[in-house]
Amino acid sequence: MRKMRTKLSVFLKIGVMVTLLGGFALAGEALKEPSLEQRVADLEAYFNNGSRVAEVAGKISGPGPGHNAWLMVCAALVLFMTLPGLALFYGGLVRRKNVLSVLAQCLGIAGLVTILWWGVGYSLVFSSGGSILGGLEFAFLNGVDSAPNPGYSAWVSQNVFSIYQMMFAIITPALIIGAVAERIKYPAVLMFVALWMFAVYFPLAHMVWGADGLMNGVWNPQSRIKAIDFAGGTVVHMSSGWSALVLCLIVGKRLGLGKTTMAPHSMVLCMIGTSILWIGWYGFNAGSALAADGIASNAFVTTTLATAVASVTWAVTEWITRGKPSVLGLCSGVVAGLVTVTPACGFITANGAVAIGIFAGLIPFFACVKLKAVLGYDDALDTFGVHAVGGTLGSILTGFLATAKANPNLATNLGEVVGRTLWVHQLAAIGITIALAVAGSAAIAFLVKFTVGLRPNVEEETLGLDVVDHGEQGYILE
Amino acid sequence: MKKIEAIIKPFKLEDVKDALANAGVQGMTVTEVKGFGRQKGHTEIYRGSEYTVDFVPKLKIEIVLPDNAVESAIEAIVAAARTGKIGDGKIFVLPVEQALRIRTGECGDHAV
Repeated sequence: MRKMRTKLSVFLKIGVMVTLLGGFALAGEALKEPSLEQRVADLEAYFNNGSRVAEVAGKISGPGPGHNAWLMVCAALVLFMTLPGLALFYGGLVRRKNVLSVLAQCLGIAGLVTILWWGVGYSLVFSSGGSILGGLEFAFLNGVDSAPNPGYSAWVSQNVFSIYQMMFAIITPALIIGAVAERIKYPAVLMFVALWMFAVYFPLAHMVWGADGLMNGVWNPQSRIKAIDFAGGTVVHMSSGWSALVLCLIVGKRLGLGKTTMAPHSMVLCMIGTSILWIGWYGFNAGSALAADGIASNAFVTTTLATAVASVTWAVTEWITRGKPSVLGLCSGVVAGLVTVTPACGFITANGAVAIGIFAGLIPFFACVKLKAVLGYDDALDTFGVHAVGGTLGSILTGFLATAKANPNLATNLGEVVGRTLWVHQLAAIGITIALAVAGSAAIAFLVKFTVGLRPNVEEETLGLDVVDHGEQGYILE
Repeated sequence: MKKIEAIIKPFKLEDVKDALANAGVQGMTVTEVKGFGRQKGHTEIYRGSEYTVDFVPKLKIEIVLPDNAVESAIEAIVAAARTGKIGDGKIFVLPVEQALRIRTGECGDHAV
């Protein structure tokens, strides 16, 4: 032990001497040989997911392998949520004649958004610009390579960060299609989504997650609204859910609603999709720590607890009020729990997650079962009931349950806000999100309606979108 | 010749088939059908949406027999398919004008 210490101290002394000599020798030049202390500090920064030791060029070039590996896995997990998770969850819930239309919409959105993201999307969200929208510095992923962008994550390659964030941009518009399933033309979906990304998603994501964003309370000390959203309660779920309500009102009800049976054609596919969503959501929530660190570990746990509790709560509520716990009830509870814990997962404790799970099992349940029946809108697959209601609920609850005990980053810029007035800032962020989603979606929906048209004609809708829009059938059983 | 059309509960098919075989019946045609009589369907609930399923799944058995074999076949079906609960099904007997075995060209009672 003593020997080791001596060795180490000799080593350190040599290191300091070398540094000093090097410093004298290279005085005036930009690059200095890092000292051993600096190199150790740089390594510690990697282990703690801290900032690189600045003024010298460290010996670690590029990303930190552990954090980078985790984010690559998470990016794949978030894509898995859309393809095939959401596609099967939604696909199972529609009638047999429309199953492919849902799959085609998910696939088409994945391709379309990827192209937009490469072009300007990533840049508009994550390059510095104004507080509402970023600039064009990273257009066509210019300069986005394997070196990390220290503004977001010191140890993750910026190209990995970019693709990880792209997976969020893909699933968000794909969520919207649940509300208008079975009765919207394929070109209308693509046109709506392309415009919606510019009008709603890119600005909102920049405001909430951009380093200079208007509502980025955690990281932007200049932010006007000190709101927090760990993995996308506002950006992903509220934006898609509220837009879905507006779009389904403008598109109108499915033909024969209330007269003919519109029961799900495969609860089996729906359950498989739900399970994939739950698995993929670990990449979504725990991955949003942007590192394989303690905050990610906590988010992993809170996500699990909230989801399980919400699933049980939903099914038990159904059991009590309607006599039977259904598979769709258990699945809906899972998704509602995942949605509701999304903005909170990295900021709350395990007990906070259980509380969120209970609310998530109750309030979206009544939105889907009672509110929809009373108001009479045809939100076919309950995108509003689950994602808008769950996302809004989660954003409010985050205001009350977030604590620096679960996430020390809350003490940096928000020490005065968390546990006090955070919920007021959350309400402001909720207001802006709803206003942007509703206004943007209404304008785009009418634009699409009066150009390419939103709906298939009566004959086409009756025949089913699979044959009409895609020239295929989901099942040929002979 | 007569044709017997029997609508039965699907889970009774094996019992009915065995009973008919014991009664000397050598063939039958079975179809999956849906319908309703006094037995009503059921309700399915998917989140907020409630659907009443009026049509209940049943099986239809069709047999053509010489007149003198009809009575015993009907008795066999009734005995095997009865549960005593609503929805056990119905039996219809229809006259048949002609029957012909395609392979041999035999007609009438010889063909069934």
